[in-house]
Amino acid sequence: MAQVLFWLCAIAAVVTGIAVFRVDSMARATFALLASFIFTAVTVLLLDLAYLGVLVILMMIMEMVIMAVFMIMFMMNPAGLMPMTMVHNQKGSLAIAVGTFVVLATGVLLVPWPGSDRARPDDPTMQLGEALMGSKMLVMIVLGLALFATMVATVVLATHRGRYDRYGDRLDRKRPDDPVPGGIGR
Amino acid sequence: MLEVTPWWGALLLPVVLALFAIAAASFDSVLATGRGAVAEPLRATAGLLVQQRRRTLAADSLLWRGGAVALLVAGIMAALVIPLGSWVVSDFSVGVVWFNTMEVVAWAAVWLVGWGANSAFGLIGGYRFIAQGLAYELPHMFALITAALGAGSLRVADIVAAQHDLWFVVWMPVAFAVYLMSVLGMAFFRPFDHAVSGDAAGGVLAELSGVDRLVFVAGRWLLLTSGAAMAVPLFLGGGQGPLLPGWLWSVLKTAAVLGFLVWVSRRGPTVRMERFHEIAWIVLIPATLVQALVVSIVVIW
Repeated sequence: MAQVLFWLCAIAAVVTGIAVFRVDSMARATFALLASFIFTAVTVLLLDLAYLGVLVILMMIMEMVIMAVFMIMFMMNPAGLMPMTMVHNQKGSLAIAVGTFVVLATGVLLVPWPGSDRARPDDPTMQLGEALMGSKMLVMIVLGLALFATMVATVVLATHRGRYDRYGDRLDRKRPDDPVPGGIGR
Repeated sequence: MLEVTPWWGALLLPVVLALFAIAAASFDSVLATGRGAVAEPLRATAGLLVQQRRRTLAADSLLWRGGAVALLVAGIMAALVIPLGSWVVSDFSVGVVWFNTMEVVAWAAVWLVGWGANSAFGLIGGYRFIAQGLAYELPHMFALITAALGAGSLRVADIVAAQHDLWFVVWMPVAFAVYLMSVLGMAFFRPFDHAVSGDAAGGVLAELSGVDRLVFVAGRWLLLTSGAAMAVPLFLGGGQGPLLPGWLWSVLKTAAVLGFLVWVSRRGPTVRMERFHEIAWIVLIPATLVQALVVSIVVIW
């Protein structure tokens, strides 16, 4: 049963992944990619990694919906009313893709994977987390803070209107001068 | 404490949900037009079933119909982890995350329905809903996390069991209020119905007709019902209560929450997204974070 489900999802993930580059509309490409990610998430669920699998689905839906907005905003031919192609530098990208696939596939077949007769732990997600970063937790926490600071800094740099536009050059305006007033009149 | 139903429980679940949703829709029409409108949802359903489909030029039918079906499926799948008394269809170890994931499907579904019709009004509605999602989702997640934090588990059964002595609503009132508000937001009921409001000719609903409209509107009601039903195990002690059997307590509490949400949604005007965004990010997120902090301090103590 799990075997059948795995192969169904694996094939569906590859097919929808190929569909990303075959369809002629940005909306369809985005949601084909989302379908591919969801099929991949089901294979993660098959490993008893319930939390990670469901989280992948949750994050990918939010991420792809936001991405659809930006893709349609910035890419050519958003509505797919004219023929468009998702592929650029066709030969080069094909070579890179096939090469990566061959390297990874031979890796899967050649690496002597460790086996174990012991039963699966009660909480594989916990085990995986400990194995991945048990000894590197401090690094991960610092890295998380650095990433978050980078995001805040990028938004501050990219924002069209800063506090000087809103509160005046001396920041002495009582109420901000906003083109669209917000909800709490601040 | 919870027992998983046999396989036919999964078949019964959509029926129970649909009954709640129809009752809620009837209550809504009564509030809107008076007592004579009790059967209005059924009449509207029959009307939509025989109505001819409206077609638009160069519509993306796959995404258009797919979005409506996704909303309906998500509304039902979200309820898989919601217990009725001591019965539950699936006692998933990460039930809260599962519920949250099924709600987020609404983001994609509503945008797809808005996009698929190739209509400007539909598209405006779809984009409005994404903006709305960005506003309600973070406070909503913090409200869910707060309930899970109080029980120390993401399993719904553990959350219900942890409320044996004291319902979570008593010491997590902020999370409960934010949760109810975001349920209205995710099912885009007023005051958060900007995505389907009249100022954009019905927004996402503008070009929907016939069975497509029925599927979409039913999905919306089922999502509201699932959201209201989940408030019971998360904050109102699940099926716990004196005298009456557990399943009846679950039904009564769900009906009360659902009725309250429908009543509230008939009471106020539509909130514009630029207003709600500032409220959500500057008032609600800090409020839910403080609530989560208080709960974690109590738990560690």
